[in-house]
Amino acid sequence: MSSISIRGVAKSYGNTPVIHDLDVEIAEGEFIVVVGPSGCGKSTLLRMIAGLERITGGEIAIGQRVVNELEPKDRDIAMVFQNYALYPHMSVFDNMAYGLKIAGLPREEIRQRVDRAAAILELADFLERKPRQLSGGQRQRVAMGRAIVRDPSVFLFDEPLSNLDAKLRVQMRLEIKQLQRSLGTTSVYVTHDQVEAMTLADRLIVMNAGVAEQIDTPLAVYSHPASRFVAGFIGSPAMNFLEATLTEDGSHLGLTTGDRLTLDHRPDGLGGGQNVTLGLRPEDLLLCQEPEASLHLRVEMVEPLGADTLVHGRLSAGNGAASEGADTTLVSATAGLMTLRLPGTAHFDQGERLPLRATPKSLHLFDAANGRRLS
Amino acid sequence: MQKRVTFRHLTLPYLFILPQLAITIVFFIWPAGEAIYQSLLRQDAFGLNTRFVGFENFERLFADPLYIDTLWRTLGFSVSVTLLSMLSALLFAVMADHVIRGATTYKTLLIWPYAVAPAIAGVLWWFLFNPSVGILAYLLQGLGYDWNPFLDGDDAMILVVIASAWKQVSYNFLFFLAGLQAIPRSLIEAAAIDGAGPVKRFWSIVFPLLSPTTFFLLVVNVVYAFFDTFGTIHATTSGGPGQSTTTLIYKVFNDGFIGLNYGSSAAQSVVLMIIVIGLTVVQFRYIERRVHY
Ligand SMILES: Nc1ncnc2c1ncn2[C@@H]1O[C@H](COP(=O)(O)OP(=O)(O)O)[C@@H](O)[C@H]1O
Ligand SMILES: [Mg+2]
Repeated sequence: MSSISIRGVAKSYGNTPVIHDLDVEIAEGEFIVVVGPSGCGKSTLLRMIAGLERITGGEIAIGQRVVNELEPKDRDIAMVFQNYALYPHMSVFDNMAYGLKIAGLPREEIRQRVDRAAAILELADFLERKPRQLSGGQRQRVAMGRAIVRDPSVFLFDEPLSNLDAKLRVQMRLEIKQLQRSLGTTSVYVTHDQVEAMTLADRLIVMNAGVAEQIDTPLAVYSHPASRFVAGFIGSPAMNFLEATLTEDGSHLGLTTGDRLTLDHRPDGLGGGQNVTLGLRPEDLLLCQEPEASLHLRVEMVEPLGADTLVHGRLSAGNGAASEGADTTLVSATAGLMTLRLPGTAHFDQGERLPLRATPKSLHLFDAANGRRLS
Repeated sequence: MQKRVTFRHLTLPYLFILPQLAITIVFFIWPAGEAIYQSLLRQDAFGLNTRFVGFENFERLFADPLYIDTLWRTLGFSVSVTLLSMLSALLFAVMADHVIRGATTYKTLLIWPYAVAPAIAGVLWWFLFNPSVGILAYLLQGLGYDWNPFLDGDDAMILVVIASAWKQVSYNFLFFLAGLQAIPRSLIEAAAIDGAGPVKRFWSIVFPLLSPTTFFLLVVNVVYAFFDTFGTIHATTSGGPGQSTTTLIYKVFNDGFIGLNYGSSAAQSVVLMIIVIGLTVVQFRYIERRVHY
């Protein structure tokens, strides 16, 4: 078990920067998930921690030791690869024992450690098999086993579940979480799947184009996304975004439809008449009676999921609100498709117009220019 | 599931394979049949009389200490050529696998020798190692080694081994490089994290994973050394000095075309034919099965 300090780390391939000035302190035993779209630099970050990729700038320390110049084998880490990277010509036992043999452990101890790992991972019956004789889930376990037998101070995972089918993925996700809890080993886990990220992480690093946009607990990231990117990336279905303008007195937001939403306080540093991006989670749009409605949605498509129903549609102008001279000038863009998450299996017809409201607390405001959260 | 083309007419498929069949019959089956037939005959010294002698040519052959010597020499030659060409090719391939800049140029240069005709390769090395004009011979003499492949049988053997191996390096290189590049990078990285250094990684991961390629090349190279080195030997040493670089294939030529002993020469061809058939069987059997890990 070790802490990991990443201080001002940067990486470029030639002249192409891939990771910009990243800072994060990972505590002992913490489960950190790096999440972001494909190509944002997650694997590169992980591989720099592993020592498979040179660090262009900054410093990485594992425990108290700066590891920038250390070989992977001297960093006391274990890594689980996306394709598992099992040695195809070795049995499951030999795959797990390989690192221990190199470390020069006595035979008896190797046997014990592998047996213990095999018992935890339910691989005891497969120790003599070759990787190609195993199912995807079993191979994944062998890869995990290879990591845990060495009892390293850090686990690194690079999308270890992305080659499994959906059901197995959910199961393995739980197993990884339990295993990490019981071993208490500091872990860095890379994934592009935000559900995986939310369920596994003690803390998330949300990355976008080589920049850590937010580092926080899953719930904090969900409820207070630091940027428009994070807001859109975390949460499924994704947050709805609308162009809006702060009214002169700062008490309301004017929408392009002419509707107005009440704010509970004036956002910091925002002048009257300024444009903002408004974010609304699909579950924060509430069905209501016509008099309380501040928005209206024209239903275009309904997806009943069982417990929830997703309603897709477009905002439509409020009752006569659009004709109020002052507000029509605010119309700057057309509203896009919106998604609502409504509980239960309520029935909606296409073309139906739903009256909606949103509480001031559930509004997320982002700077229209740089996408930073406004508080 | 295999994809299959079905023909409505029975003659059409035969027409398709006819050209290939004709070539095979004219250039392979017929000469082979002729060789087998000739190996059972014997001509008198003046070529006037030919009679059927059964397996007598073969009996004489294996009773002849010169032939047995040649057999051992050929084995030694083949093993040397195979080892030398495969080891250098593996070394080049491992290095090329690490080259990123200029990789294409490097590979192209290594492939060139394959396009050189065997006789030209022989002449090339003949010049390089010529005791009076060759630069390599000059270097060896400079080192105090009394190099002379025209007089010394061992020197001559070294010369033909190098010349023959050189030609085959390209071919082996291509296969080894392809084999190396088919090994997922993450395997090597996993081994590095597991604590294996470069040498350990090579012998415990890379080399075992190359074994299908290695086995395939082993057979191909032995076949090459046995049968395809005639031109190289002919252009460098002509089998000499004495018999010191005469391999089985060279002896077939020597006894048949120079010594005009058709019966014996044909019998030797048949022996070679059996060897190549044996090697091919080994290759087909094992390449399909054993080499899978
Ligand atoms: N060896 C490399 N050479 C050049 N560019 C690379 C290399 N490896 C990755 N990149 C680039 O770095 C960026 C981040 O890659 P990566 O860390 O693999 O992303 P991901 O978040 O999908 O894991 C990508 O734009 C990729 O094209
Ligand atoms: Mg990746």
